Amino acid sequence: MSGLAKTSVARKVVMALSGLFLVLFLILHVTINLTSVISPDTFNTMSHFMGYNPVVQFLMQPILIAGVIVHFVMGIVLEIQNRKARAVRYVKFAGGASAPWVSRNMIITGLVVLAFLGLHFYDFWLHEMNYKFVQANPEDPTRYYAETVEKFAPIWRTVIYVISFVLLSLHLWHGFASSFQSMGINNKYSSGIRSFTRLYAIVVPLIFIFIALYHHLNPITH
Amino acid sequence: MKLLLKIWRQKDGSSKGKLVDYPIDGIEGDMSFLEMLDVLNQELIEKGDEPVVFDHDCREGICGSCSLMINGEPHGPDRLITTCQLHMRRFNDGDTIVIEPFRATAFPIIRDLMVDRTAFDRIQQAGGYISVNTSGNTVDANAIPIEKAKADESFEAASCIGCGACVAACKNASAMLFTSAKVSQFALLPQGKVEATDRVQNMVRQMDLEGFGNCTNTGACEVECPKGISLENIARMNREYLMATAKG
Repeated sequence: MSGLAKTSVARKVVMALSGLFLVLFLILHVTINLTSVISPDTFNTMSHFMGYNPVVQFLMQPILIAGVIVHFVMGIVLEIQNRKARAVRYVKFAGGASAPWVSRNMIITGLVVLAFLGLHFYDFWLHEMNYKFVQANPEDPTRYYAETVEKFAPIWRTVIYVISFVLLSLHLWHGFASSFQSMGINNKYSSGIRSFTRLYAIVVPLIFIFIALYHHLNPITH
Repeated sequence: MKLLLKIWRQKDGSSKGKLVDYPIDGIEGDMSFLEMLDVLNQELIEKGDEPVVFDHDCREGICGSCSLMINGEPHGPDRLITTCQLHMRRFNDGDTIVIEPFRATAFPIIRDLMVDRTAFDRIQQAGGYISVNTSGNTVDANAIPIEKAKADESFEAASCIGCGACVAACKNASAMLFTSAKVSQFALLPQGKVEATDRVQNMVRQMDLEGFGNCTNTGACEVECPKGISLENIARMNREYLMATAKG
């Protein structure tokens, strides 16, 4: 992948563009998820559309997966190069004196979010693939709400989701505004971008947390 | 003032280095950090020991020679100064001070606290100049009208002294602040626009070849830079690079 982006500046632009694409995707994701709290029927309708519309399934979904892969593979490539760039570490390094923790530890927050994505894919994407293509079940536009709520019944899964969203928040806190700098945008709008980044980094993960906790605390009673 | 200095000693680039303790007494607050090291070296010489090797030249904050990682920060805990401008009154009696060289794979250690920063020279040589015919018909630079704001921005970028604190402070040992300052000082001026495409591509390529890390926009370089070079320069270099790539 480093062959695609041969210089450090180009690699950062790839990182920024793939990150911004994922930031945009999160808005779609959180909006659909929020309907599961407001209107289960709407959630079922939207989920069914996302699950069976051929454009979403065979064009948008592969693009999304590619976006995730590009972002994390490039992130790891950059991290390896960065570590090589200081092969002998400082005995004493006061990194916190000049840069906040979140900006210095994107690899940690990123890897936690990546590990979470593994669980998330197992929970929902693999389940869908199994339901639709392996078991070849008939279409059921009413199943999504119950399946989603059921996922949040175990406390361990809910806790993992909540922790992951906190780490996602930290990742977005630095990453969103940082992507504009990587693309060469640092001007009179930058303070506005930073403020919006902070708002986004708090509100979006908080809605995800709220949804997870809501479904955990309001199970479907049979 | 009595201090305990923990100083990185390393015979040469291929030797293994270590921190060595040096208790020192009689240090006055009005001494600069380098003068304090001079006192230590005098004591070491008188004892027949090897003095600590460190870079220094002008001792007035303009040459970019002095370096040193002092308690984990390049040029020490104060802002907008170089090590030679750091005074011992900044420390307290009984303090322990850890002194290390600027660490980066692209800045190999020569001896003790002295590192080879010629990687910066090679980046500069790759494009940090404008080609001017000096055969006697050179146009006076001041004859070209330049917007004041642009001239000021260019001057601020040009105030980079190439000390390497940006690399030392960056968790990735990235040289983007230095390189971007050297790109910016020309990119902002009409004289620099002629060779802009090649300049940014060649300087970024050289920066990568030297083995510096990638910028992750932590902003540590801007905070630790003794000349206050702004991150805006990095954004400008990124823009210049993207435009140059688009032009081919």
